[in-house]
Amino acid sequence: MFQTLIRRIPSAAAAALAAVTLGAAAPAPSVTPNIITIGNFTFGPEVATVPVGTTLTWVNGDDIPHTVVAIDKSFRSPVMDTDGRFSFTFTKAGTYEYFCSIHPHMTGKVVVQAP
Amino acid sequence: MQDRPHRRRFIECMGWAGTGLLWTAGGGVMSSITLDRAAAAAKKTGVKPFSFLQVSDSHIGFTKDPNPDARATFREAVAKIRAMPDKPDFIIHTGDITQLSKPQEFDDADQILKEAGLTVFHVPGEHDMLDEGGGKAYLDRYGAGTLGDGWYSFDHNGVHFVGLINVKALKAGGMGSFGQPQLDWLKADLAGHSASTPIVVFTHVPMWTIYEKWGWGTDDATQALSMLARFGSVTVLNGHIHQVIQKVEGNVAFHTARSTAFPQPAPGQGPAPGPMKAPAGDLHAALGVRTVSVVRGTGPLAVVDATLG
Repeated sequence: MFQTLIRRIPSAAAAALAAVTLGAAAPAPSVTPNIITIGNFTFGPEVATVPVGTTLTWVNGDDIPHTVVAIDKSFRSPVMDTDGRFSFTFTKAGTYEYFCSIHPHMTGKVVVQAP
Repeated sequence: MQDRPHRRRFIECMGWAGTGLLWTAGGGVMSSITLDRAAAAAKKTGVKPFSFLQVSDSHIGFTKDPNPDARATFREAVAKIRAMPDKPDFIIHTGDITQLSKPQEFDDADQILKEAGLTVFHVPGEHDMLDEGGGKAYLDRYGAGTLGDGWYSFDHNGVHFVGLINVKALKAGGMGSFGQPQLDWLKADLAGHSASTPIVVFTHVPMWTIYEKWGWGTDDATQALSMLARFGSVTVLNGHIHQVIQKVEGNVAFHTARSTAFPQPAPGQGPAPGPMKAPAGDLHAALGVRTVSVVRGTGPLAVVDATLG
């Protein structure tokens, strides 16, 4: 079980990281959807850096439900069961720390950069 | 709720029988030893020893690998309870009754547990807090006679039982948490009891840090444990981690219980907690229920874990 998950999750996380970072650095907006994968009780990537206006989508790849809750309460997902999704558009620059309210040791961060 | 006596009435029925007598707690293994001890102690004190049963993490609504039907395995556990020759006095469910806090899941869990024909005491797990009200569904169903987010205590045959909630309003980066209002209540609740009163605390997430990286512990448990330090016999029963781990520290014996739904990996084994896949034939060996025998005298509270297979 774990071998399969280990293979799958980091590659998905790496792809998401590449997409998100590209979106921030390149002048042209990223065409890849900005996905944050939840797998093995972690957010991948743990830190996402995106330009203002980006919509991020969290996808739960675990067999256990998770949530995404901003500490400053700017966003809060409903419970996402397996394959559940939640999207949020970041319209203001800043650093958004968030966690899973069910498994609070799961934490992540979105850094939203002004143009 | 009809099948479940109101908690306060239950307490009245049980009375108070153990004040001023010396009890100790620890870990027992063999049920035959327990029965011998029970018989000897009963003869000596004239007080009937008793047992109660712990079930945990039934996750009604879970349908994935390795258990496509958590209802069926919970039903098997209840059938096992019904078949016991010596009936336990009551059942404690240490949380994660449901998978997603859906009304149907709670209904089914109640329906199955009802077949045991025993009073059931609940504390919630984090999976029972997933309704829109963040635990309101649990409280509406099981909160009669409780305080705050659902915590309570009761006495049975001289033993003081305390049900605590450590899955509500969790903080980012943390583990389980009781919160100050509950700790204040606990302090007041324990104040009225002599140090010789045996205490059984039950709550979902372990009260000692088993594996911080997976959140397997309770941030402010130290405060609760310091309040319990003066008691000669403290038994702490938890669920959450779906496996049996036991530890004795001073007068406090900690026990985590198996799930009736699916096993989880040993602490730190593998990248994350979560359902551990097991071949169908092995699943039942990883699920189970627990009997705790309370015996007046110098013996420990005997905890016997039985698997479903």
